[in-house]
Amino acid sequence: MDTPVLKKKLGLKERYAAMTRGLAWDTTYQPMDKVFPYDKYEGIKIHDWDKWEDPFRLTMDAYWKYQGEKEKKLYAVIEAFSQNNGQLGVTDARYINALKIFLTGVTPLEYYAYRGFAHAGRQFTGAGARVACQMQSIDELRHYQTETHALSHYNKYFNGMHSAKHMFDRVWYLSVPKSFFEDAYTGGPFEFLTAVSFSFEYVLTNLLFVPFMSGAAHNGDMSTVTFGFSAQSDESRHMTLGIECIKFLLEQDPDNLPIVQGWIDKWFWRGYRLLSIVAMMQDYMLPKRVMSWRESWEMYVEENGESLFKDLARYGIRKPKGWIQACEGKDHISHQTFAVFYNYGAAAALHTWLPKEEEMAWLSEKYPETFDQIYKPRWDYWREQAEKGNRFYQKTLPMLCQTCQIPMIFTEPGDATKIAYRESDYLGNKYHCCSDHCKEIFDNEPEKYVQAWLPPQQVYQGNCFKEGVDPSAEGFDPLLAVLDYYNLKVGRDNFDFDGSEDQKNFAAWRGDSVEGAKK
Amino acid sequence: MSVVSLKPYNFPAKDVRENFPAPLLFIGWDDHLMFGAPIALPLPPDTPFGALGTAVLPGTYGYHPDFAKINWDTVEWTKSGQPWKPDPAKTLAENGLKHQDLIRFRTPGLSGLNGSCN
Repeated sequence: MDTPVLKKKLGLKERYAAMTRGLAWDTTYQPMDKVFPYDKYEGIKIHDWDKWEDPFRLTMDAYWKYQGEKEKKLYAVIEAFSQNNGQLGVTDARYINALKIFLTGVTPLEYYAYRGFAHAGRQFTGAGARVACQMQSIDELRHYQTETHALSHYNKYFNGMHSAKHMFDRVWYLSVPKSFFEDAYTGGPFEFLTAVSFSFEYVLTNLLFVPFMSGAAHNGDMSTVTFGFSAQSDESRHMTLGIECIKFLLEQDPDNLPIVQGWIDKWFWRGYRLLSIVAMMQDYMLPKRVMSWRESWEMYVEENGESLFKDLARYGIRKPKGWIQACEGKDHISHQTFAVFYNYGAAAALHTWLPKEEEMAWLSEKYPETFDQIYKPRWDYWREQAEKGNRFYQKTLPMLCQTCQIPMIFTEPGDATKIAYRESDYLGNKYHCCSDHCKEIFDNEPEKYVQAWLPPQQVYQGNCFKEGVDPSAEGFDPLLAVLDYYNLKVGRDNFDFDGSEDQKNFAAWRGDSVEGAKK
Repeated sequence: MSVVSLKPYNFPAKDVRENFPAPLLFIGWDDHLMFGAPIALPLPPDTPFGALGTAVLPGTYGYHPDFAKINWDTVEWTKSGQPWKPDPAKTLAENGLKHQDLIRFRTPGLSGLNGSCN
């Protein structure tokens, strides 16, 4: 007769240990270093992976359960939103342009993050770190899907959202987020974690998520708000991974400090540049404003960052090198970025517009030291010209920064009337950057950044036309050929919001006249 | 410094001269920030430098009310940030311009809309 075995349920801690570290083993047929080639070459020294503090003691079974419940709620809301024609409840069709940026510029990054964390989750020798990365990897894939689903409803009614993935790989302004993430995931796994988990998710992500999600709430977009809530609990787990990872690296070996500090310097600046697009969205694209870019920078970066870097000082970490310049930029970058989109409004798959009177007054009030003196005169002139039917469209392609790939719109520290130009020579060729920090990033790894796929250069090299297009044919229009290569529907996706199909449709659906909507 | 890598790291640069039909020139107009960024243009090396003001730049900068007032004889040029005196009768190549060079011009007396650098 068998002895009855008492099945004892494992406690949370044992269960966690059994389902993460308990599943790991050291290889014997092949040396560990050969199986895990990536976790030493960056120069980071790890002596004891067991010291890795698992940020969340989450096991896979619990993970599926939580995420499954969240999905059910999210999809119920998305379904209700669509059945009730929720798109009619947003403040103004201009708002949809913020979603176009999100769908084409941010959502694909979730997919890149999924790939990056899957790679890191394979390559670390420490089982705790591997499991944390694997779970984040699945989170990111889920975010990619839920964002796509949440926004697909708008694609049925508004222009410019039909080819997000195709555009991400081609359109000029989307090379900014694309190259940011490609830079991160072509680094080693430790650099990737410092870049994405710490510098981006921990230090800067509030600046991405909070403005978009509270912007959505203020502008009647419940679909996006619900997505935001669904992702929020994941984000806090990701932020914890970011801070734990940094502390772990610094506690393992003093030699790690200069490497980690260098990555923080680089990735804080890369992330800050990437957020220029959020700054413009916040200050110019939300019909109903939440707070200014300057205010959110002060709240989420200056205040939180002070205490964060005070806390990290005991490890020898100081604030990122670009900190002061980034703080100075809070008065400028939203204006500079929206102005360049207004310049190139013929070649973008979203609409731009002249801020209305009350919006101009809001900008003056929120930016008392800079808006009236530096930025208002160009808007006044553009308005005067637009009223005469001479709306400004820049047709010549811009010069870009070799590192961040943003057009060279940023100005000198201390003088917002002078564009900042920085130059490097590498192997007999000239390269140009927008700032000291982008130049330093270039100079540290020139072999990497000389491979940059810079959209204007690619256009001029003839690489941005659809297959079979003959640039030597009579009447060839290069701009139209490039827009065709982007899948951009000329006259629907691009040009000013004023007079656009989005504007007319929205007014008609709501029973407003376009004139009335303008008042 | 250079890339830390697991294996030899050697990839071609994307924007070398051979990949373009003509050398690329970057041009900026100082004190005119209405144009958000300087521009990039591939220009044949035998283009006379003087053609920039008369033939090349009007399409880009002509929208600005200052542009028509420019006296090209008094324009101050810089190359890579250093004062530079090109000869308008000579070609871009004869003036020493190479692929991905950056030149900027300042128009004395004309510093944007009402002097606002816009």
